[in-house]
Amino acid sequence: MKMYSDPDWRLRTRGLCKSYGRDEGLVRAVDEIHLEVAVGETVAVMGPSGCGKSTLLHLLGGLDRPTGGEVWLDGRRVDNLSERGLAQVRRESVGFVFQAFHLVDELTAQENVELPSLLAGCSPAIARRRATDLLDRVGLADRARHLPAGLSGGQRQRVAIARAIANDPTVVLADEPTGNLDSVATPEVLRLLEDLHASGLTIVVVTHDERIAATADRLISMRDGAFVDETRLTGGTTGALGALVGLGG
Amino acid sequence: MQQEVLLAMLAKEPSHGYQLRARLNEALGALGEAMNAGQIYVTLGRLEKAGLVTCERAAGLADRPDRKVYALTHAGQDRVTEWLTEVDWPKPDLVEFHLKLVAAAAAGLADPISILDAQRRELLRRLREAQRAAMAEPDASAAGLLLEGAVLRLQADLRWLEACERKWAGQRRQR
Repeated sequence: MKMYSDPDWRLRTRGLCKSYGRDEGLVRAVDEIHLEVAVGETVAVMGPSGCGKSTLLHLLGGLDRPTGGEVWLDGRRVDNLSERGLAQVRRESVGFVFQAFHLVDELTAQENVELPSLLAGCSPAIARRRATDLLDRVGLADRARHLPAGLSGGQRQRVAIARAIANDPTVVLADEPTGNLDSVATPEVLRLLEDLHASGLTIVVVTHDERIAATADRLISMRDGAFVDETRLTGGTTGALGALVGLGG
Repeated sequence: MQQEVLLAMLAKEPSHGYQLRARLNEALGALGEAMNAGQIYVTLGRLEKAGLVTCERAAGLADRPDRKVYALTHAGQDRVTEWLTEVDWPKPDLVEFHLKLVAAAAAGLADPISILDAQRRELLRRLREAQRAAMAEPDASAAGLLLEGAVLRLQADLRWLEACERKWAGQRRQR
């Protein structure tokens, strides 16, 4: 299994499966997925609702256990860890971003971002300093004392992203990060994801927002639990931008 | 370059070709690179022949090869006025693409789904490009709006491809 611990790959799966029910009622939500995500790569998984993309993300982040196959994170097999081991991986190596933000409503933006550092055993002073830096990075230094209810949707998601990267995760997993945002707030989150990508973070995002998908290096289409198409979006310009707005030609 | 755009720019004041080019570049931002500069002179030549602009040699600087000054004629002015009130809106060629899918499926020449996949790949690459260019524009830039238009149209086209795919995938299951 040396191959699967190759340090060039941040995240790999082999024959990953998740099924529910049995016999005629058997549903293969995730069906033999092989995925390799390189260090610093952003991969988007797109597909219709119910294609299994959220289930896949949960398996990758250890929020759920596969019924078959393996998940390797940073050269270490994680799908067969104990509950405690898996919880530690989720806390220290994975940053989650959810459609519904999942911020703690009773805590300020600052306190929400401090939380992962405190849970990882940092001193309150270090957690506070780190949270201040992160909020500054996502452009919300002046909103640190606001409760989530006092923030716009785009701002809430930016706080959630700051929280997701608080412990320098190995990989950020995002589930429909713009799913609850309008067309004005979406670019805020797009810009932030582009920044994180540029800073070398490894990101896997499942979405049906074409604009989020277009920020990825690689786009995978998923149907009925399986990957059906893969596109590399990087490299070269299409030269079609001018024609698109009616220039040239 | 659409003739009326140059006419409308000349409506402000008589200009050299390179001045028109600079103003177009400013209005288009990153997209200005997609514009073929030679096209401006070809278009100006056509406009002159059609009697919509006049062209006079100006006593410009000796190291400036382009010393012609273009100005609107009365007919040119009329054309600009008319153009500004038109509500023409060019459409992407949906008919051609749609017929391509129908014909490919009918003749068994190609799988509509793989045609759709290829088209989506191309549109996503363009979307990525347009989006990056839009984000690179400063907040106050007017060219950012133009790029936003490109982004939104691509998004609409991609959604249409999704609808096409649902339909054709459904047909395939029935066969």
